Amino acid sequence: MLPVSAVAELPLDLDAFEGPFDLLLTLVLKEELELADVEIVEIVLTFLDERGEDLEVDGEFLVLVASLLELKARGLFPEEEEVPFEDLDPDDAAGELAELLAQYRRFRTAAGWLEDKLDAESDRFFRLGPAPLAPVPERPLAPQQPESLAAALRALAAEPPAPSLRHITLTFPPVSLFLERFRAVLRRRGRFVFDKEVERLTRVEQAVAFLALLELRKAGEIAIGQAAPFEEITVWNNAA
Amino acid sequence: MEQRRMSLRLIDNPVDRLARTIEALLVIAPAALSVEELAAATEDEPERVETALGLLASRYREGRSGIVLEQVAGGYAFRAAREAAEACARLVERPVQRGLSQAALETLAIVAYLGPVSRPEIARIRGVAADSAVAGLVERGLIAEAGRDKEGGAIRYETTPLFERVFGLAGLSELPRLDDLAEDDEGLRRRLEEVAGSRGA
Repeated sequence: MLPVSAVAELPLDLDAFEGPFDLLLTLVLKEELELADVEIVEIVLTFLDERGEDLEVDGEFLVLVASLLELKARGLFPEEEEVPFEDLDPDDAAGELAELLAQYRRFRTAAGWLEDKLDAESDRFFRLGPAPLAPVPERPLAPQQPESLAAALRALAAEPPAPSLRHITLTFPPVSLFLERFRAVLRRRGRFVFDKEVERLTRVEQAVAFLALLELRKAGEIAIGQAAPFEEITVWNNAA
Repeated sequence: MEQRRMSLRLIDNPVDRLARTIEALLVIAPAALSVEELAAATEDEPERVETALGLLASRYREGRSGIVLEQVAGGYAFRAAREAAEACARLVERPVQRGLSQAALETLAIVAYLGPVSRPEIARIRGVAADSAVAGLVERGLIAEAGRDKEGGAIRYETTPLFERVFGLAGLSELPRLDDLAEDDEGLRRRLEEVAGSRGA
């Protein structure tokens, strides 16, 4: 057996090594090389380095290594001697390996043919489209009528109805209305109770009336009295 | 006067007009167009389309025109004349065909011959996992998914029309027969046994 480094030292481009079959085929086809000199551990290690997730490939690899081992084992015996495993068909493993290698070699040759073909076509230039042809289904437009377009635009251009303000019920009477009214009441009676004076009015009117009261008070025309919070408000003429 | 009528008739020759239409279609097409596709687009008979293509092929040929009509990838397409290749190479890159590795070429060969074929099948033949080679070829557009394996459900791949075009093949039938590539199987077998036996001998 050669040392482990022997395979690496063989005149093989191991960078271009493309898997156990590639390596094996190359080795076997080299007339000067004896299969017995092939370091199986090297092949196994390289395979483990390259190993993918594919269990089937692993299985095939085991078959390959087993075949290789059998070939090597048979090589250890002188040809005329009977190999000790009579139960097995001695041609099976070797035959299977030869079949695998032959199949692989066909495709390696085909790959070489493709490479040559590509070289021969290196002066063939053509334009590559961005996408495969996809016939666009025709979508014919309906016959167009200008009148219907105009009608549609008219509908859009119509003045919108004025927004209704009916839901807004707050209407404010002028403060002056209550100013006059309170002055008139004071001229007649000299004093009055505010709550009684406004009790029939709406809340908004009551608020405006109170504003009028404050106006009169500010002007000093009236005086205002209240016994306690939320009691009746009494109003009298300040002059009186 | 007679001359004038002649040329008028030539221009109005229906096959000639069909040829001009096909010329236009080939110029705008991103891929090779089959006779059927041309017949559908021109709304004409396939036989007449083929006649018109013959007319175009004699006009667009090496040595006569910078544009060459070629029969490729199951159809017809224009390409540059080979004499213009150097100028073309200065103008455009060819990323699809550039730097295909040995692994990629082997995988491509297997897909071309056996496709649709799944990654495990490719790996079985090559003895190594084919994942990255397959992914690279898909990215280049040379192979594409073609359904799933009925048993295992693995994605299967086949070559694309682009593959045929890049390699200048009219169709996959132009590939050499696998059997022709395997002429020396028996020799390989003998050699194997010989090598195995030589140690003991």
